[in-house]
Amino acid sequence: MSDYSTVNSRAPRVDAPAKATGSAVYIDDIRLPGMLFGAMLHSPLAHARILNIDASRAKRLPGVKCVVTSEDAGLVKYGVSPARYDETVFCQDKVRYVGDEVAAVAAVDLETALEALSLIEVEYEELPAVLTLEEAMAEGAPVVHDEYPRNIGAQVHQEFGDVEAALAECDVVRTDTFRNKRQDGAFIEPQGCIAEYDANGNLTLRSSTQSPHYVQRTIAMVLGIPIGKLRVVKPYVGGGFGPKVAANAMEMAACLMSMKTGKPVKMNFTREEVFLHSRARHQFVHTLTTGAKKDGTILALKNECYLEGGAYSSFGIATIYYAGSLLGGPYRLANMKYDAYRIYTNKPACGAQRGHGGVIARAAWEQQLDRIAEEIGMDPVELRLKNMMEAGDISCNDLKMNSLGMRECIEAVRDGSGWKEKKGRLPKGKGIGMACGFFVSGAGFPIYRSETYHATVSIHVSEDGGTVHVYTASAEIGQGSDTAFAMIAAETIGIPLDSVRISSGDTEFGIDLGAYSSRQTLMTGHAVKEAAVDVGRQVLGVLARELKVDISELDIKDGLIVFKHGRVDYSHVRSRYNKEHRGWPGLAKGREPLTFQEAARIAYLARGTIIGKGKYKPAELGGTHKGAAVGTSPAYGCSAQVVEVSVDLETGRITVEKMTDAHDCGFAINRTSVEGQMQGSLSMGLGEAMLEEVKFDGKGRILNPNLAEYKIATSLDMPNVEPIIVESHEPYGPFGAKEVGEGAIMPTIPAILNAVYDATGIRFQELPLTPERVFMAIRAKKRESEQGANEQG
Amino acid sequence: MKTLITLTVNGTEHELAIEPNRTLLDVLRYDLELTGTKKGCDVGECGSCTVILNGKPVNACLVLAIQANGAEIITIEGLKPPQGLHPLQQAFVEKGAIQCGFCSPGMLLSASSLLKQNPNPTEEEIRTALSGNLCRCTGYQKIVEAIQSVAKGEER
Repeated sequence: MSDYSTVNSRAPRVDAPAKATGSAVYIDDIRLPGMLFGAMLHSPLAHARILNIDASRAKRLPGVKCVVTSEDAGLVKYGVSPARYDETVFCQDKVRYVGDEVAAVAAVDLETALEALSLIEVEYEELPAVLTLEEAMAEGAPVVHDEYPRNIGAQVHQEFGDVEAALAECDVVRTDTFRNKRQDGAFIEPQGCIAEYDANGNLTLRSSTQSPHYVQRTIAMVLGIPIGKLRVVKPYVGGGFGPKVAANAMEMAACLMSMKTGKPVKMNFTREEVFLHSRARHQFVHTLTTGAKKDGTILALKNECYLEGGAYSSFGIATIYYAGSLLGGPYRLANMKYDAYRIYTNKPACGAQRGHGGVIARAAWEQQLDRIAEEIGMDPVELRLKNMMEAGDISCNDLKMNSLGMRECIEAVRDGSGWKEKKGRLPKGKGIGMACGFFVSGAGFPIYRSETYHATVSIHVSEDGGTVHVYTASAEIGQGSDTAFAMIAAETIGIPLDSVRISSGDTEFGIDLGAYSSRQTLMTGHAVKEAAVDVGRQVLGVLARELKVDISELDIKDGLIVFKHGRVDYSHVRSRYNKEHRGWPGLAKGREPLTFQEAARIAYLARGTIIGKGKYKPAELGGTHKGAAVGTSPAYGCSAQVVEVSVDLETGRITVEKMTDAHDCGFAINRTSVEGQMQGSLSMGLGEAMLEEVKFDGKGRILNPNLAEYKIATSLDMPNVEPIIVESHEPYGPFGAKEVGEGAIMPTIPAILNAVYDATGIRFQELPLTPERVFMAIRAKKRESEQGANEQG
Repeated sequence: MKTLITLTVNGTEHELAIEPNRTLLDVLRYDLELTGTKKGCDVGECGSCTVILNGKPVNACLVLAIQANGAEIITIEGLKPPQGLHPLQQAFVEKGAIQCGFCSPGMLLSASSLLKQNPNPTEEEIRTALSGNLCRCTGYQKIVEAIQSVAKGEER
């Protein structure tokens, strides 16, 4: 299939045996000597002033070692984006949602800690709360943060081209409003952490995080610990999908209590606390106006969006920008206007989740594009083929597509699904729909303004030359990044995959911004590749001197030294190696090819430990408008999907029967992992389309903070997906690779919506498509048509 | 008041003095240090704590340890033969059925229990057997394919 030995293959994941046997260590599997157990006290009220906190009874409870409140933690504000630091570790003046953190306890066991929580007396003065966008934006509404009148935490206004002028030229103009519901990350492992403060004043935090680096920086700032004395280590993580990127109050509470007691402190979220912490997908209300010519050319898009953000900003500043910047593409659209408002409410804070900010905008627009296609009598596939961007195109908001296999994706799903035979020809109750999307391969800029490298990597060669060890602070959270980087290192150096070890997720291993915005394969991948090239160059440099040949004569392939222009006498290298390993089995003999291992040993003897270094930050990226930092990326993945559904017209129950998905990931470092990201993305998209909704009562309490009543897709909901990998060979990606982890979710919801329309003739403008919602819509449509028939009769 | 119970876990008998309110999951994880059994929700919804109790897959978080007194329990640590991997483990590794891995121990035990009772399950039967084990990463397909490959006795 390719000229590569390791990359582009289906190599089993390097972490799979440990995970299959139960020996992989996750945060709650770690136990340290003398460890205390912590728990958090959450606000029971959605909005209230704190009049007094009395922790004296809790402190007196036998077994309690530490109780902390805002008095102990201080009031340094933090958050995700420095422009909106609006959280403190614990609430001081008031609480802003049911679940807001008020105090924490560390005790000899969890039962004691929980009992102590019940002994903390907090006196509240309840305030009127705002729970919906409408309530929060109403004239004279209660304000969640005094600094933000009318609860507008952030707003964005952008215009590219001239939308009004373009709309005036259009033959078809449609305006539609679309809304989703709050989603939960629903990763199977709840967040947990262990803080360990040692006698030398160094603090180690083990945490189930997606970004050790961001956690380290945030905690260092909030608790005033020098970066060099704070180590953040990520054990295996049981899924993240966005909500685990930012530092959380539990991590800071654990650090604080470990510093106060001198003991390790372990804390975990319960499943309910996962829902309370949230930081997952916002509720978006998009009103889109799109205009097109009769021939299908899309000319203009006006996007007005309201985001229900919850009590704090979290990732919301990025979210609000993404909800605008991830439209337009992957189509050639010259005129686009975006006006958005992120609104504070007295509910858990929303943040980033797979497809950050773009998923609902995409759902709304791709459904609207189908409506336009219908109005002008054009096949939805043709409409997209007519408008799609190609490699080299720059979007109106300055996103440059250096590679873009959009045509290949659309044609692959059209042909792979049998679109032409099925579209418009399926029986009543069956439907087929398609949609497209694109996504960044890493944010072009760090979340804090900085010229920092996005990734630094080192590769150490063992003294015997037999193994190389990749050290990276990147975060393996299940997506397969460790495997991808081991494969990149093996391929680049020219050694077998099983000669590579990888250690990741530790701030001691370098800088890495972590697992978010689908950045690691491209960004950390570049740094790994550069470090691996450095290793090869160092080893071959020594060998060339030793053999008195030019370095350009030498190469490494499959663990062996390649002499490009005929044999060179290396017997003295071999005899040196063998002399140092007398008695060791398996040594190379006589005229057998010279191994990398022998060469690397020689290099070590000449230079000391061989360490290759690599680093990455994006080159200058486009865009000078305000907000250009969100959406610009070195590369963009894209995808197309076709979904087939059947709808029970009596009960409203939808079954997704088949999904055909094509994704342009540039180049698949690991084909199995790419498919896994595609299938997993579709599963999350299907859940959001059909099942998922975090529900609240009138007091701002979550009604379904559990995985029984908050439903994610099970093995019975998810159909088989035919994954088609498209490789457009991204010039700015390592080996041509770019993202797959998030972009793949983009077309799922609208493809389902379009298929449901095909099956029922009904356009749904609100998610999720529960049987109840679908049933009511079918009934309403039936009544309408009966009425129409009566009136005619 | 602690109660004395006996659990046979992965063939080894353990005598334990435990509080009657402790779950089998907590005893396995924290007393016996068999941390391969995962805790994802602690209320019987996610399936990540699936173990085999007297031949049947159960959510260990919904079983009180004293209820399991005298029982034979198999956890993920007991699925692995002394040498190499169990065929299902091998298939999960090779077919890409594992991503974050947090559901994998429970998935594997549900799958092994299914194949014991029904060595040639249909895809529908496999999906039904896994329907109590939530996975947020994989979309289930590669898990189903891995189990099918073992049922069909594919060469590995």
